Amino acid sequence: MSQVISANRLSDGIVVFRASNGAWVEQLRDAEILPDSVAVKAALDLVELDIKANHVIEVAAFDVAVKGDHVEPVHLRDKIRAKGPTIHPGHGKQAAL
Amino acid sequence: MYRYDEFDAAFVADRLNQFSDQVQRRLSGELTEEQFRIHRLMNGVYLQLHAYMLRIAIPYGTLSPRQLRKLAHIARRYDKGFGHFTTRQNIQFNWPALKDIPEILGELASVEMHAIQTSGNCIRNVTADHFAGAAADEIEDPRPYAEILRQWSSIHPEFTYLPRKFKLALSGSPHDRAAIQVHDIGYQLVKNDKGETGFAVYVGGGLGRTPMVGHKIRDFLPTKDLLAYTQAIVRVYNLEGRRDNKYKARIKILVHEKGFEAMRAAVEAEFEADKSELLALPQSEVERISAYFAPPALPERAAQSQALETRRASDHAFAAFVDVNVSKHRQAGYGLLTISLKPIGGIPGDATAEQMELVAELAEKFGHDEIRVSHEQNLVLPHVALDDLPAVYDALAAQGLATANAGLISDIISCPGMDYCSLATARSIPVAQRISERFADGPRAKDIGGMKIKISGCINACGHHHVGHIGILGLERKGVETYQLTLGGSGDESCTLGDITGPGFSYEDVVDAIETVVDTYIGLRSTPDEDFLSAYRRVGMAPFKKALYERDSGSEI
Repeated sequence: MSQVISANRLSDGIVVFRASNGAWVEQLRDAEILPDSVAVKAALDLVELDIKANHVIEVAAFDVAVKGDHVEPVHLRDKIRAKGPTIHPGHGKQAAL
Repeated sequence: MYRYDEFDAAFVADRLNQFSDQVQRRLSGELTEEQFRIHRLMNGVYLQLHAYMLRIAIPYGTLSPRQLRKLAHIARRYDKGFGHFTTRQNIQFNWPALKDIPEILGELASVEMHAIQTSGNCIRNVTADHFAGAAADEIEDPRPYAEILRQWSSIHPEFTYLPRKFKLALSGSPHDRAAIQVHDIGYQLVKNDKGETGFAVYVGGGLGRTPMVGHKIRDFLPTKDLLAYTQAIVRVYNLEGRRDNKYKARIKILVHEKGFEAMRAAVEAEFEADKSELLALPQSEVERISAYFAPPALPERAAQSQALETRRASDHAFAAFVDVNVSKHRQAGYGLLTISLKPIGGIPGDATAEQMELVAELAEKFGHDEIRVSHEQNLVLPHVALDDLPAVYDALAAQGLATANAGLISDIISCPGMDYCSLATARSIPVAQRISERFADGPRAKDIGGMKIKISGCINACGHHHVGHIGILGLERKGVETYQLTLGGSGDESCTLGDITGPGFSYEDVVDAIETVVDTYIGLRSTPDEDFLSAYRRVGMAPFKKALYERDSGSEI
């Protein structure tokens, strides 16, 4: 299954996703989709540098479903992290969508 | 209310300086996350699903208007304009940036507040009856003793690294509004046959994955022995409590595995062995602390208020508000006003900065400068003249704070659940919102009567579901949210754990299942005055189980 790497930014705790250029981005649509476990492993190895440089914490890969150019987390927890609280449409990333 | 002395002020200032330095060293990379985590947790800073979360203690649930205004200011300046009051008399901010937290803690220190020991394996915020010092049924105000426990337990060197967290709660009334029997130690003020005041002490209560009702370890503990006896309990726990498995590390497990009688013997032996005068509370010190909690000088008033009765006669909504949200005060002509933070369809326990400022203003104008936070996630003005209730009601209604549902079915306790919490396995707040919308606060809710629904979004049970009249536990099964129901729990002096009804219900079906339980109760209650808990205790699970599951299996045919 395809995966995306997410983390929390150290300075403010905000959820970020890893883009293909190695940057950390706030919206899932800008994240790099990793097609298999080999790609995930390679990306996680690179992320070690960002952890050591104290840019991000709580790094983990999570499952996504890709339909055309739309990316959707598979699990509810990751959906909520990617959008914001379901009870507060004005807060979290969904506010900017 | 209590004011910091030089020791309190110095201790909070020292900790602020230390933690500010630790945050700076973390941000600069000098500290790794692993090194920093324990420091941030000891200062109430968690990392949740979306951001950091800051948990601030409101000791024994007592706030001044100045403190509440400061919380409003923090909500507006550093967060998203609101805060969330929790089930342990804390407030949580859900979106603070780590880099701002030292400044926030500085703001808090300026009003004698902090976030120390709101996390970690230490003695947590000491909680108490939110009606303390005002309730008609009270023996004595428990807050001076709660404050003494707070001082004693703050950065206590022996008890800073316990096997697991440790929670104390106190009640000064026979009717327990502080859920003391589901705390690690619960203290109930009682009188002995000589008329002296002391504590009935409960030990080993707790919720979470292994819920237990506390055992009464002492029928009567002289108040002067409060600290010595507490030390004996915590010392036995600290030495013998399990450290090999965090799920078996709470004192309730020690009491269970060791056996209650053996635990009692160990505590009494420890108490006798170290019964030094050092920890005996000097009466002068109890009196000095008690003076901070002296009740306000309330002018005498007639027991019945003409202003209230006149308004009540012409305004049904006001009449409902008074009937439901005003409790009996010990002084004639006054009431204890519960300000519900459970608007119909709203988020239990959330308050906006504007709402906090309004409550602070009302406390100044009409409430003798006192505000309480309840473990049921509401605010309380403990001393309001009945004559002033029309004006207070109008002001509250203008800010959406006049929901007449205290103690009714829509006054739901809910943990943050998966909308915020990194431990959660299911959402809880939206379930609370839907139940609230289904039953609301009108005639149907009044007909259902006293009903405590409590919802947790995981097995850790922050939403106290085991002691809900109806408890709801959100779990994840095969990637889908599912909700297990318990019936007949109670967190008061008749404390019992709820019984599981059977298989869980889906997110879509859980509100219908609650309605089935409620309708079954309405159908079987002996009189309209028999409340849900009494009816359940009379008839047991069978009729509810039948209604819940035979209906379901029938619908599948």
